[in-house]
Amino acid sequence: MEKYILPDIPDYHKLEVYEQHGGYQALRKVLQMKPDEVIEEVKKSSLRGRGGACFPTGLKWSFMPKGNDRPKYLCVNGDESEPGTFKDRMIFEFNPHQMIEGILIGCYAMGITTAYLYIRGEYRKWIKMVDAALADAYAKGYVGENILGSGFSTNIYTHSGAGAYICGEESALMNSIEGDRGYPRVKPPFPAAKGVFGMPTTINNVETMTNVPLIINKGAEWYSKIGVAKHPGPILVGISGHVNKPGVYEVPTGVPLLTLINDPQYGGGVPNGKKIKAVIPGGSSTMVLRGENLEGVCMDADSLKAAGSSVGTAGLIVMDEDTDMIKVIKRISHFYHHESCGQCTPCREGTGWMEKMLTRFEKGEAREEDIEILLDVANNIEGNTICALGDAAAWPVQSFIKRFREEFENKVERKETAAA
Amino acid sequence: MLTPENLQKVEALFKRYPTKKAVMLSALWIAQEQEGWISEEMMRYIGDLLEVPYATVLGVVTFYTMYNDKKIGKYHIEVCTNVSCMLRGSGKILDTVEKHCGVKLGETSDDGKFTVSEVECMGACGGAPMLAIGEEYYENLTPEKTEQLLSRLK
Repeated sequence: MEKYILPDIPDYHKLEVYEQHGGYQALRKVLQMKPDEVIEEVKKSSLRGRGGACFPTGLKWSFMPKGNDRPKYLCVNGDESEPGTFKDRMIFEFNPHQMIEGILIGCYAMGITTAYLYIRGEYRKWIKMVDAALADAYAKGYVGENILGSGFSTNIYTHSGAGAYICGEESALMNSIEGDRGYPRVKPPFPAAKGVFGMPTTINNVETMTNVPLIINKGAEWYSKIGVAKHPGPILVGISGHVNKPGVYEVPTGVPLLTLINDPQYGGGVPNGKKIKAVIPGGSSTMVLRGENLEGVCMDADSLKAAGSSVGTAGLIVMDEDTDMIKVIKRISHFYHHESCGQCTPCREGTGWMEKMLTRFEKGEAREEDIEILLDVANNIEGNTICALGDAAAWPVQSFIKRFREEFENKVERKETAAA
Repeated sequence: MLTPENLQKVEALFKRYPTKKAVMLSALWIAQEQEGWISEEMMRYIGDLLEVPYATVLGVVTFYTMYNDKKIGKYHIEVCTNVSCMLRGSGKILDTVEKHCGVKLGETSDDGKFTVSEVECMGACGGAPMLAIGEEYYENLTPEKTEQLLSRLK
Protein backbone atom coordinates (compact mmCIF):
# COMPACT_ATOMS: atom_id res chain seq x y z
CA MET A 1 0.00 0.00 0.00
CA GLU A 2 1.10 3.53 -0.66
CA LYS A 3 2.16 5.33 2.49
CA TYR A 4 0.71 8.68 3.42
CA ILE A 5 1.93 9.41 6.95
CA LEU A 6 5.48 8.11 6.65
CA PRO A 7 6.09 7.99 2.87
CA ASP A 8 9.28 6.41 1.57
CA ILE A 9 10.64 9.66 0.16
CA PRO A 10 14.20 10.64 1.08
CA ASP A 11 14.52 13.91 3.04
CA TYR A 12 10.76 14.32 3.26
CA HIS A 13 11.31 16.19 6.54
CA LYS A 14 12.88 19.04 4.59
CA LEU A 15 10.53 21.83 3.58
CA GLU A 16 11.61 21.98 -0.07
CA VAL A 17 11.18 18.22 -0.52
CA TYR A 18 7.79 18.33 1.17
CA GLU A 19 6.79 21.18 -1.15
CA GLN A 20 8.00 19.30 -4.23
CA HIS A 21 5.56 16.51 -3.34
CA GLY A 22 2.57 18.79 -2.93
CA GLY A 23 3.29 20.00 0.58
CA TYR A 24 1.27 22.95 1.90
CA GLN A 25 -1.17 22.70 -1.05
CA ALA A 26 -3.88 21.58 1.39
CA LEU A 27 -3.28 24.75 3.40
CA ARG A 28 -3.62 26.88 0.25
CA LYS A 29 -6.84 25.08 -0.60
CA VAL A 30 -8.25 25.49 2.89
CA LEU A 31 -7.55 29.23 2.94
CA GLN A 32 -10.03 29.50 0.02
CA MET A 33 -12.70 27.56 1.92
CA LYS A 34 -15.03 28.61 4.72
CA PRO A 35 -13.97 27.26 8.14
CA ASP A 36 -17.21 25.30 8.51
CA GLU A 37 -16.62 23.61 5.16
CA VAL A 38 -13.28 22.38 6.47
CA ILE A 39 -14.89 20.94 9.58
CA GLU A 40 -17.57 19.28 7.44
CA GLU A 41 -14.93 17.70 5.23
CA VAL A 42 -13.08 16.29 8.25
CA LYS A 43 -16.37 15.03 9.67
CA LYS A 44 -17.23 13.33 6.38
CA SER A 45 -13.85 11.61 6.30
CA SER A 46 -14.71 9.75 9.56
CA LEU A 47 -11.20 10.43 10.85
CA ARG A 48 -10.95 9.30 14.46
CA GLY A 49 -8.31 10.42 16.93
CA ARG A 50 -5.10 8.43 17.00
CA GLY A 51 -4.24 9.17 20.63
CA GLY A 52 -6.16 6.25 22.08
CA ALA A 53 -9.80 7.26 22.51
CA CYS A 54 -10.73 7.13 18.78
CA PHE A 55 -13.00 10.17 19.13
CA PRO A 56 -14.28 11.53 15.78
CA THR A 57 -12.02 14.49 14.98
CA GLY A 58 -14.48 16.55 12.95
CA LEU A 59 -17.10 16.25 15.68
CA LYS A 60 -14.54 17.40 18.27
CA TRP A 61 -13.71 20.42 16.14
CA SER A 62 -17.39 21.29 15.82
CA PHE A 63 -17.67 21.62 19.62
CA MET A 64 -15.54 24.77 19.54
CA PRO A 65 -17.52 27.99 19.93
CA LYS A 66 -17.66 30.28 16.92
CA GLY A 67 -16.55 33.88 16.94
CA ASN A 68 -13.44 35.65 18.11
CA ASP A 69 -14.62 37.42 21.24
CA ARG A 70 -11.98 35.57 23.29
CA PRO A 71 -8.85 33.59 22.51
CA LYS A 72 -9.17 29.95 21.54
CA TYR A 73 -6.38 27.40 21.64
CA LEU A 74 -5.31 24.20 19.99
CA CYS A 75 -3.13 21.85 22.02
CA VAL A 76 -1.47 19.15 19.99
CA ASN A 77 -0.64 16.12 22.06
CA GLY A 78 2.83 14.74 21.40
CA ASP A 79 3.39 13.51 24.93
CA GLU A 80 3.48 9.92 23.64
CA SER A 81 4.26 8.10 26.88
CA GLU A 82 2.04 5.04 26.69
CA PRO A 83 4.36 2.04 27.01
CA GLY A 84 4.64 0.33 23.63
CA THR A 85 3.98 3.56 21.69
CA PHE A 86 6.66 5.19 19.56
CA LYS A 87 4.91 6.49 16.45
CA ASP A 88 4.71 10.27 16.94
CA ARG A 89 8.49 10.36 17.25
CA MET A 90 8.63 9.07 13.66
CA ILE A 91 6.41 11.92 12.50
CA PHE A 92 8.58 14.51 14.29
CA GLU A 93 11.65 13.09 12.60
CA PHE A 94 10.42 12.10 9.15
CA ASN A 95 7.32 14.15 8.38
CA PRO A 96 7.07 17.24 10.59
CA HIS A 97 5.68 19.50 7.87
CA GLN A 98 2.60 17.39 7.23
CA MET A 99 1.87 17.59 10.95
CA ILE A 100 2.42 21.38 10.91
CA GLU A 101 0.16 21.70 7.88
CA GLY A 102 -2.52 19.68 9.67
CA ILE A 103 -2.22 21.92 12.73
CA LEU A 104 -2.63 25.02 10.54
CA ILE A 105 -5.72 23.57 8.90
CA GLY A 106 -7.21 22.78 12.31
CA CYS A 107 -6.47 26.31 13.51
CA TYR A 108 -8.10 27.82 10.44
CA ALA A 109 -11.18 25.60 10.76
CA MET A 110 -11.70 26.47 14.42
CA GLY A 111 -10.59 30.11 14.25
CA ILE A 112 -7.60 29.53 16.50
CA THR A 113 -4.59 31.84 16.54
CA THR A 114 -2.29 29.97 18.93
CA ALA A 115 -1.40 26.28 18.92
CA TYR A 116 0.82 24.61 21.51
CA LEU A 117 2.54 21.44 20.44
CA TYR A 118 3.26 19.56 23.65
CA ILE A 119 6.14 17.11 23.27
CA ARG A 120 7.43 14.86 26.03
CA GLY A 121 10.64 16.07 27.68
CA GLU A 122 12.57 12.91 26.83
CA TYR A 123 12.24 13.82 23.14
CA ARG A 124 14.57 16.85 23.45
CA LYS A 125 16.34 15.91 20.27
CA TRP A 126 13.04 15.62 18.41
CA ILE A 127 11.76 18.92 19.80
CA LYS A 128 14.77 20.52 18.15
CA MET A 129 13.87 18.83 14.86
CA VAL A 130 10.31 20.13 15.07
CA ASP A 131 11.54 23.62 16.03
CA ALA A 132 13.79 23.60 12.98
CA ALA A 133 10.88 22.59 10.73
CA LEU A 134 8.71 25.28 12.31
CA ALA A 135 11.39 27.91 11.73
CA ASP A 136 11.46 26.98 8.03
CA ALA A 137 7.66 27.12 7.82
CA TYR A 138 7.64 30.54 9.51
CA ALA A 139 10.31 31.80 7.11
CA LYS A 140 8.20 30.71 4.14
CA GLY A 141 5.09 32.44 5.49
CA TYR A 142 3.12 29.25 6.21
CA VAL A 143 2.97 30.03 9.92
CA GLY A 144 2.72 33.40 11.68
CA GLU A 145 1.10 36.65 10.64
CA ASN A 146 -1.10 36.90 7.55
CA ILE A 147 -0.44 33.39 6.28
CA LEU A 148 0.16 33.40 2.49
CA GLY A 149 -1.50 36.81 2.33
CA SER A 150 -4.85 35.39 3.43
CA GLY A 151 -5.28 37.64 6.44
CA PHE A 152 -5.36 34.55 8.65
CA SER A 153 -2.68 34.44 11.36
CA THR A 154 -1.66 31.68 13.69
CA ASN A 155 1.36 30.83 15.78
CA ILE A 156 2.58 27.35 16.62
CA TYR A 157 4.85 26.89 19.63
CA THR A 158 6.47 23.71 20.91
CA HIS A 159 6.12 23.14 24.64
CA SER A 160 8.41 20.61 26.31
CA GLY A 161 7.15 18.28 29.01
CA ALA A 162 9.53 17.05 31.71
CA GLY A 163 8.81 13.40 32.37
CA ALA A 164 5.24 12.72 33.44
CA TYR A 165 3.04 10.13 31.71
CA ILE A 166 -0.05 11.81 33.09
CA CYS A 167 0.54 14.88 30.92
CA GLY A 168 -0.70 12.85 27.96
CA GLU A 169 -4.14 13.14 29.59
CA GLU A 170 -5.66 16.19 27.94
CA SER A 171 -6.56 18.21 31.02
CA ALA A 172 -3.24 17.42 32.74
CA LEU A 173 -1.55 18.53 29.53
CA MET A 174 -3.30 21.87 29.74
CA ASN A 175 -2.20 22.35 33.36
CA SER A 176 1.32 21.50 32.30
CA ILE A 177 1.19 24.17 29.60
CA GLU A 178 0.00 26.64 32.21
CA GLY A 179 3.15 25.90 34.23
CA ASP A 180 1.58 23.70 36.88
CA ARG A 181 1.88 20.15 38.10
CA GLY A 182 0.22 17.81 35.62
CA TYR A 183 -2.99 17.22 37.53
CA PRO A 184 -6.02 16.16 35.49
CA ARG A 185 -9.09 18.36 35.84
CA VAL A 186 -12.63 17.34 36.66
CA LYS A 187 -14.90 17.35 33.61
CA PRO A 188 -17.20 19.14 32.94
CA PRO A 189 -16.31 21.82 32.06
CA PHE A 190 -14.99 20.23 28.90
CA PRO A 191 -12.02 21.82 27.12
CA ALA A 192 -14.15 23.28 24.31
CA ALA A 193 -15.91 25.38 26.95
CA LYS A 194 -13.05 25.98 29.38
CA GLY A 195 -9.63 24.67 28.48
CA VAL A 196 -6.10 26.00 28.66
CA PHE A 197 -5.90 29.44 30.32
CA GLY A 198 -9.66 29.10 30.91
CA MET A 199 -10.40 29.50 27.19
CA PRO A 200 -12.06 27.22 24.61
CA THR A 201 -9.53 24.57 23.64
CA THR A 202 -9.28 21.54 21.42
CA ILE A 203 -6.71 18.81 22.03
CA ASN A 204 -5.69 16.53 19.17
CA ASN A 205 -3.00 13.91 18.82
CA VAL A 206 0.04 14.46 16.56
CA GLU A 207 -0.80 11.55 14.24
CA THR A 208 -4.40 12.75 13.97
CA MET A 209 -3.23 16.16 12.73
CA THR A 210 -0.85 14.53 10.25
CA ASN A 211 -3.87 12.84 8.63
CA VAL A 212 -5.71 16.11 8.04
CA PRO A 213 -3.84 17.39 4.93
CA LEU A 214 -4.62 14.08 3.17
CA ILE A 215 -8.34 14.60 3.69
CA ILE A 216 -8.16 18.11 2.23
CA ASN A 217 -5.94 17.16 -0.71
CA LYS A 218 -7.67 13.98 -1.78
CA GLY A 219 -11.13 14.47 -0.33
CA ALA A 220 -13.10 12.98 2.52
CA GLU A 221 -14.58 10.32 0.29
CA TRP A 222 -11.19 9.05 -0.80
CA TYR A 223 -9.97 9.04 2.79
CA SER A 224 -13.01 7.26 4.18
CA LYS A 225 -12.38 4.33 1.83
CA ILE A 226 -8.96 3.50 3.27
CA GLY A 227 -9.19 0.61 5.72
CA VAL A 228 -12.40 -0.10 7.61
CA ALA A 229 -15.43 2.17 7.18
CA LYS A 230 -16.05 3.03 10.83
CA HIS A 231 -12.42 3.75 11.65
CA PRO A 232 -10.77 4.57 8.35
CA GLY A 233 -7.42 5.87 7.22
CA PRO A 234 -3.80 4.98 7.48
CA ILE A 235 -2.64 4.10 10.99
CA LEU A 236 0.84 3.86 12.45
CA VAL A 237 1.27 0.57 14.27
CA GLY A 238 4.21 0.18 16.62
CA ILE A 239 5.24 -3.45 16.98
CA SER A 240 7.52 -4.34 19.87
CA GLY A 241 8.46 -7.22 22.11
CA HIS A 242 9.04 -10.72 20.73
CA VAL A 243 9.07 -10.13 16.97
CA ASN A 244 11.91 -10.35 14.51
CA LYS A 245 11.39 -6.87 13.12
CA PRO A 246 10.12 -4.47 15.75
CA GLY A 247 9.29 -1.00 14.46
CA VAL A 248 6.61 1.42 13.31
CA TYR A 249 4.59 0.31 10.28
CA GLU A 250 2.01 2.31 8.38
CA VAL A 251 -0.99 0.25 7.33
CA PRO A 252 -4.65 0.87 6.55
CA THR A 253 -6.84 0.22 9.58
CA GLY A 254 -8.23 -3.28 9.79
CA VAL A 255 -5.11 -5.34 9.11
CA PRO A 256 -5.23 -8.64 11.08
CA LEU A 257 -2.95 -8.66 14.14
CA LEU A 258 -1.48 -11.98 13.01
CA THR A 259 -0.47 -10.38 9.70
CA LEU A 260 1.15 -7.50 11.56
CA ILE A 261 3.07 -9.91 13.76
CA ASN A 262 4.04 -12.55 11.18
CA ASP A 263 4.23 -10.94 7.74
CA PRO A 264 7.83 -10.37 6.60
CA GLN A 265 7.00 -6.77 5.64
CA TYR A 266 5.86 -6.05 9.22
CA GLY A 267 6.87 -7.84 12.42
CA GLY A 268 8.42 -10.78 10.60
CA GLY A 269 7.26 -13.45 13.07
CA VAL A 270 8.26 -14.47 16.57
CA PRO A 271 12.00 -15.20 17.02
CA ASN A 272 13.06 -18.87 16.96
CA GLY A 273 9.66 -19.92 15.66
CA LYS A 274 8.10 -19.71 19.10
CA LYS A 275 4.36 -19.49 19.65
CA ILE A 276 2.59 -16.26 20.57
CA LYS A 277 1.46 -16.45 24.15
CA ALA A 278 -0.11 -13.01 24.42
CA VAL A 279 -0.40 -9.61 22.84
CA ILE A 280 -1.23 -6.21 24.22
CA PRO A 281 -2.74 -4.57 21.14
CA GLY A 282 -2.72 -0.83 21.80
CA GLY A 283 -0.24 0.21 24.46
CA SER A 284 0.04 -1.03 28.04
CA SER A 285 -3.39 0.27 29.11
CA THR A 286 -5.27 -1.95 26.71
CA MET A 287 -6.48 -5.39 27.70
CA VAL A 288 -4.21 -8.34 27.02
CA LEU A 289 -5.31 -11.02 24.53
CA ARG A 290 -4.30 -14.67 24.43
CA GLY A 291 -2.24 -15.76 21.46
CA GLU A 292 -4.64 -18.56 20.52
CA ASN A 293 -7.54 -16.09 20.30
CA LEU A 294 -6.04 -13.77 17.68
CA GLU A 295 -7.55 -15.38 14.60
CA GLY A 296 -9.64 -12.75 12.79
CA VAL A 297 -8.79 -9.94 15.20
CA CYS A 298 -7.83 -6.76 13.32
CA MET A 299 -6.18 -3.44 14.12
CA ASP A 300 -9.25 -1.21 14.26
CA ALA A 301 -11.57 0.07 16.95
CA ASP A 302 -14.54 -2.28 16.40
CA SER A 303 -12.60 -5.47 15.84
CA LEU A 304 -10.50 -5.03 18.96
CA LYS A 305 -13.52 -4.02 21.00
CA ALA A 306 -15.28 -7.20 19.93
CA ALA A 307 -12.20 -9.19 20.94
CA GLY A 308 -12.35 -7.66 24.42
CA SER A 309 -9.66 -5.03 24.14
CA SER A 310 -9.14 -1.73 22.34
CA VAL A 311 -7.04 -0.14 19.63
CA GLY A 312 -5.50 2.42 22.00
CA THR A 313 -2.39 3.90 20.43
CA ALA A 314 -1.88 0.85 18.18
CA GLY A 315 1.25 -0.04 20.12
CA LEU A 316 1.28 -3.81 19.70
CA ILE A 317 3.39 -5.66 22.28
CA VAL A 318 4.02 -9.32 21.46
CA MET A 319 4.94 -11.96 24.04
CA ASP A 320 6.20 -15.44 23.18
CA GLU A 321 5.38 -18.75 24.88
CA ASP A 322 8.23 -18.42 27.41
CA THR A 323 6.99 -15.11 28.83
CA ASP A 324 6.28 -14.92 32.54
CA MET A 325 2.95 -13.08 32.56
CA ILE A 326 3.22 -12.25 36.25
CA LYS A 327 6.51 -10.48 35.63
CA VAL A 328 4.91 -8.50 32.80
CA ILE A 329 1.84 -7.39 34.74
CA LYS A 330 3.98 -6.54 37.75
CA ARG A 331 6.12 -4.28 35.55
CA ILE A 332 3.03 -2.65 34.08
CA SER A 333 1.62 -2.05 37.56
CA HIS A 334 4.92 -0.58 38.70
CA PHE A 335 4.59 1.89 35.85
CA TYR A 336 1.08 3.05 36.79
CA HIS A 337 2.06 3.31 40.45
CA HIS A 338 5.01 5.49 39.49
CA GLU A 339 2.93 7.65 37.16
CA SER A 340 -0.21 8.12 39.27
CA CYS A 341 -0.40 11.86 39.93
CA GLY A 342 -1.72 11.26 43.43
CA GLN A 343 -4.88 13.34 43.33
CA CYS A 344 -7.45 10.54 43.67
CA THR A 345 -7.20 8.05 46.52
CA PRO A 346 -8.34 4.94 44.59
CA CYS A 347 -5.55 5.41 42.05
CA ARG A 348 -2.83 6.74 44.35
CA GLU A 349 -3.31 3.95 46.91
CA GLY A 350 -4.68 1.26 44.63
CA THR A 351 -1.82 1.32 42.13
CA GLY A 352 0.60 0.91 45.04
CA TRP A 353 -1.30 -2.03 46.48
CA MET A 354 -1.56 -3.71 43.10
CA GLU A 355 2.19 -3.45 42.65
CA LYS A 356 2.84 -4.78 46.15
CA MET A 357 0.51 -7.73 45.68
CA LEU A 358 1.96 -8.54 42.29
CA THR A 359 5.43 -8.47 43.81
CA ARG A 360 4.16 -11.12 46.21
CA PHE A 361 2.90 -13.20 43.28
CA GLU A 362 6.20 -12.77 41.51
CA LYS A 363 8.03 -14.14 44.53
CA GLY A 364 5.61 -17.07 44.77
CA GLU A 365 4.45 -15.87 48.18
CA ALA A 366 0.84 -15.05 47.31
CA ARG A 367 -2.08 -16.61 49.16
CA GLU A 368 -5.03 -18.30 47.47
CA GLU A 369 -7.37 -15.38 48.28
CA ASP A 370 -4.94 -12.80 46.89
CA ILE A 371 -6.24 -13.23 43.34
CA GLU A 372 -9.70 -12.04 44.40
CA ILE A 373 -8.27 -9.26 46.57
CA LEU A 374 -6.14 -8.02 43.69
CA LEU A 375 -9.17 -8.05 41.41
CA ASP A 376 -11.17 -6.21 44.05
CA VAL A 377 -8.54 -3.47 44.27
CA ALA A 378 -8.54 -3.09 40.48
CA ASN A 379 -12.35 -3.01 40.35
CA ASN A 380 -12.41 -0.29 42.97
CA ILE A 381 -10.04 1.93 41.01
CA GLU A 382 -11.91 1.60 37.73
CA GLY A 383 -14.41 4.39 37.21
CA ASN A 384 -13.64 6.04 40.55
CA THR A 385 -11.01 8.58 39.53
CA ILE A 386 -10.91 12.00 37.89
CA CYS A 387 -9.08 10.78 34.80
CA ALA A 388 -8.60 7.58 32.86
CA LEU A 389 -5.21 6.72 34.38
CA GLY A 390 -7.08 4.82 37.08
CA ASP A 391 -8.89 2.76 34.45
CA ALA A 392 -5.66 2.34 32.52
CA ALA A 393 -4.06 0.87 35.63
CA ALA A 394 -7.01 -1.40 36.39
CA TRP A 395 -7.68 -2.84 32.93
CA PRO A 396 -4.34 -4.63 32.52
CA VAL A 397 -4.65 -6.24 35.96
CA GLN A 398 -8.27 -7.27 35.35
CA SER A 399 -7.51 -8.69 31.92
CA PHE A 400 -4.35 -10.53 32.98
CA ILE A 401 -6.32 -12.24 35.75
CA LYS A 402 -9.24 -12.98 33.44
CA ARG A 403 -7.15 -14.37 30.59
CA PHE A 404 -4.12 -15.82 32.37
CA ARG A 405 -5.60 -16.85 35.70
CA GLU A 406 -3.61 -20.10 35.71
CA GLU A 407 -0.38 -18.12 35.91
CA PHE A 408 -1.60 -16.40 39.07
CA GLU A 409 -2.72 -19.72 40.55
CA ASN A 410 0.69 -21.21 39.83
CA LYS A 411 2.27 -18.49 41.92
CA VAL A 412 0.16 -19.15 45.00
CA GLU A 413 2.31 -20.48 47.79
CA ARG A 414 1.62 -24.16 48.21
CA LYS A 415 1.19 -24.83 51.92
CA GLU A 416 1.92 -28.54 51.55
CA THR A 417 5.11 -27.77 49.64
CA ALA A 418 6.08 -25.19 52.19
CA ALA A 419 5.39 -27.62 55.05
CA ALA A 420 7.43 -30.34 53.39
CA MET B 1 20.73 32.91 38.90
CA LEU B 2 20.44 32.53 35.19
CA THR B 3 23.20 33.93 33.02
CA PRO B 4 22.18 37.11 31.14
CA GLU B 5 22.02 35.05 27.96
CA ASN B 6 19.71 32.44 29.52
CA LEU B 7 17.58 35.12 31.14
CA GLN B 8 17.04 36.55 27.67
CA LYS B 9 15.99 33.13 26.43
CA VAL B 10 13.36 32.92 29.18
CA GLU B 11 12.12 36.46 28.57
CA ALA B 12 11.80 35.77 24.86
CA LEU B 13 9.27 33.04 25.72
CA PHE B 14 6.88 35.35 27.57
CA LYS B 15 5.23 36.49 24.37
CA ARG B 16 4.12 32.93 23.62
CA TYR B 17 1.70 32.71 26.54
CA PRO B 18 -0.93 34.90 28.21
CA THR B 19 0.71 34.34 31.63
CA LYS B 20 4.30 34.44 32.83
CA LYS B 21 3.77 31.27 34.82
CA ALA B 22 3.29 29.25 31.64
CA VAL B 23 7.01 29.68 30.94
CA MET B 24 7.69 27.54 34.05
CA LEU B 25 8.64 24.25 32.41
CA SER B 26 10.84 25.97 29.82
CA ALA B 27 12.53 28.18 32.42
CA LEU B 28 13.31 25.14 34.56
CA TRP B 29 14.77 23.37 31.52
CA ILE B 30 16.99 26.35 30.77
CA ALA B 31 18.08 26.49 34.43
CA GLN B 32 18.84 22.78 34.49
CA GLU B 33 20.82 22.96 31.27
CA GLN B 34 22.87 25.77 32.79
CA GLU B 35 23.56 24.18 36.19
CA GLY B 36 22.98 20.46 35.66
CA TRP B 37 20.36 20.55 38.42
CA ILE B 38 17.89 22.93 40.06
CA SER B 39 18.81 24.29 43.49
CA GLU B 40 16.49 25.90 46.02
CA GLU B 41 18.15 29.20 45.23
CA MET B 42 17.35 28.72 41.54
CA MET B 43 13.75 27.80 42.30
CA ARG B 44 13.34 30.99 44.34
CA TYR B 45 14.90 32.99 41.53
CA ILE B 46 12.55 31.46 38.95
CA GLY B 47 9.60 32.06 41.26
CA ASP B 48 10.50 35.77 41.37
CA LEU B 49 10.99 35.86 37.62
CA LEU B 50 7.60 34.29 36.89
CA GLU B 51 5.86 36.06 39.78
CA VAL B 52 4.77 32.86 41.52
CA PRO B 53 5.59 31.61 45.05
CA TYR B 54 8.63 29.42 45.64
CA ALA B 55 6.26 26.62 46.75
CA THR B 56 4.69 26.55 43.29
CA VAL B 57 8.08 26.13 41.64
CA LEU B 58 9.08 23.46 44.15
CA GLY B 59 5.80 21.66 43.46
CA VAL B 60 6.52 21.58 39.75
CA VAL B 61 10.17 20.52 40.13
CA THR B 62 9.23 17.61 42.37
CA PHE B 63 6.31 16.52 40.16
CA TYR B 64 8.23 16.03 36.93
CA THR B 65 10.83 13.27 37.03
CA MET B 66 13.24 14.90 34.60
CA TYR B 67 14.04 17.84 36.86
CA ASN B 68 16.92 17.09 39.19
CA ASP B 69 16.56 18.69 42.61
CA LYS B 70 19.94 17.19 43.56
CA LYS B 71 23.29 17.27 41.82
CA ILE B 72 23.78 14.36 39.50
CA GLY B 73 26.74 12.76 37.77
CA LYS B 74 28.42 14.06 34.64
CA TYR B 75 26.70 11.33 32.65
CA HIS B 76 23.10 10.49 33.47
CA ILE B 77 22.51 6.93 32.28
CA GLU B 78 18.78 6.27 32.00
CA VAL B 79 17.85 2.67 31.36
CA CYS B 80 14.34 1.82 30.23
CA THR B 81 13.00 -1.28 31.98
CA ASN B 82 9.38 -1.03 30.85
CA VAL B 83 7.58 -3.94 29.17
CA SER B 84 8.91 -3.79 25.60
CA CYS B 85 12.48 -3.34 26.83
CA MET B 86 12.05 -5.94 29.56
CA LEU B 87 10.86 -8.52 27.01
CA ARG B 88 14.03 -7.91 25.03
CA GLY B 89 16.52 -8.11 27.88
CA SER B 90 16.73 -4.73 29.62
CA GLY B 91 17.61 -6.58 32.83
CA LYS B 92 21.00 -7.55 31.40
CA ILE B 93 21.55 -4.00 30.16
CA LEU B 94 20.85 -2.60 33.60
CA ASP B 95 23.21 -5.16 35.18
CA THR B 96 25.94 -4.14 32.75
CA VAL B 97 25.42 -0.45 33.48
CA GLU B 98 25.41 -0.93 37.25
CA LYS B 99 28.55 -3.06 37.10
CA HIS B 100 30.43 -0.66 34.85
CA CYS B 101 29.49 2.42 36.85
CA GLY B 102 29.91 0.72 40.20
CA VAL B 103 26.56 1.96 41.50
CA LYS B 104 23.00 0.74 41.98
CA LEU B 105 19.86 2.27 40.52
CA GLY B 106 19.31 5.83 41.64
CA GLU B 107 22.89 6.30 42.80
CA THR B 108 25.75 8.51 41.64
CA SER B 109 29.30 7.16 41.48
CA ASP B 110 31.78 8.51 44.05
CA ASP B 111 33.81 10.27 41.38
CA GLY B 112 30.65 12.08 40.20
CA LYS B 113 30.96 10.61 36.75
CA PHE B 114 27.79 8.50 36.52
CA THR B 115 24.22 8.62 37.77
CA VAL B 116 22.17 5.54 36.92
CA SER B 117 18.39 5.71 36.77
CA GLU B 118 15.54 3.47 35.74
CA VAL B 119 13.17 5.27 33.40
CA GLU B 120 9.67 4.56 32.22
CA CYS B 121 8.95 3.94 28.54
CA MET B 122 11.00 6.40 26.47
CA GLY B 123 9.11 5.79 23.21
CA ALA B 124 11.83 3.67 21.65
CA CYS B 125 10.15 0.26 21.91
CA GLY B 126 11.10 -0.60 18.33
CA GLY B 127 14.75 -0.34 19.34
CA ALA B 128 14.44 -2.16 22.65
CA PRO B 129 16.36 -2.55 24.84
CA MET B 130 17.54 1.03 25.05
CA LEU B 131 19.12 3.59 27.29
CA ALA B 132 19.52 7.33 27.09
CA ILE B 133 22.43 9.55 28.03
CA GLY B 134 21.41 13.17 28.01
CA GLU B 135 19.31 13.70 24.93
CA GLU B 136 20.85 10.82 22.96
CA TYR B 137 19.04 7.50 22.63
CA TYR B 138 21.04 4.28 22.26
CA GLU B 139 18.89 1.48 20.92
CA ASN B 140 19.08 -2.24 20.05
CA LEU B 141 21.57 -2.76 22.87
CA THR B 142 23.35 -5.90 23.95
CA PRO B 143 25.50 -6.14 27.09
CA GLU B 144 28.60 -5.97 24.82
CA LYS B 145 27.39 -2.85 22.98
CA THR B 146 26.48 -1.26 26.31
CA GLU B 147 29.93 -1.97 27.70
CA GLN B 148 31.55 -0.44 24.60
CA LEU B 149 29.32 2.62 24.83
CA LEU B 150 30.07 3.22 28.50
CA SER B 151 33.81 2.75 28.12
CA ARG B 152 33.85 5.55 25.55
CA LEU B 153 32.56 8.04 28.14
CA LYS B 154 35.49 10.00 29.50
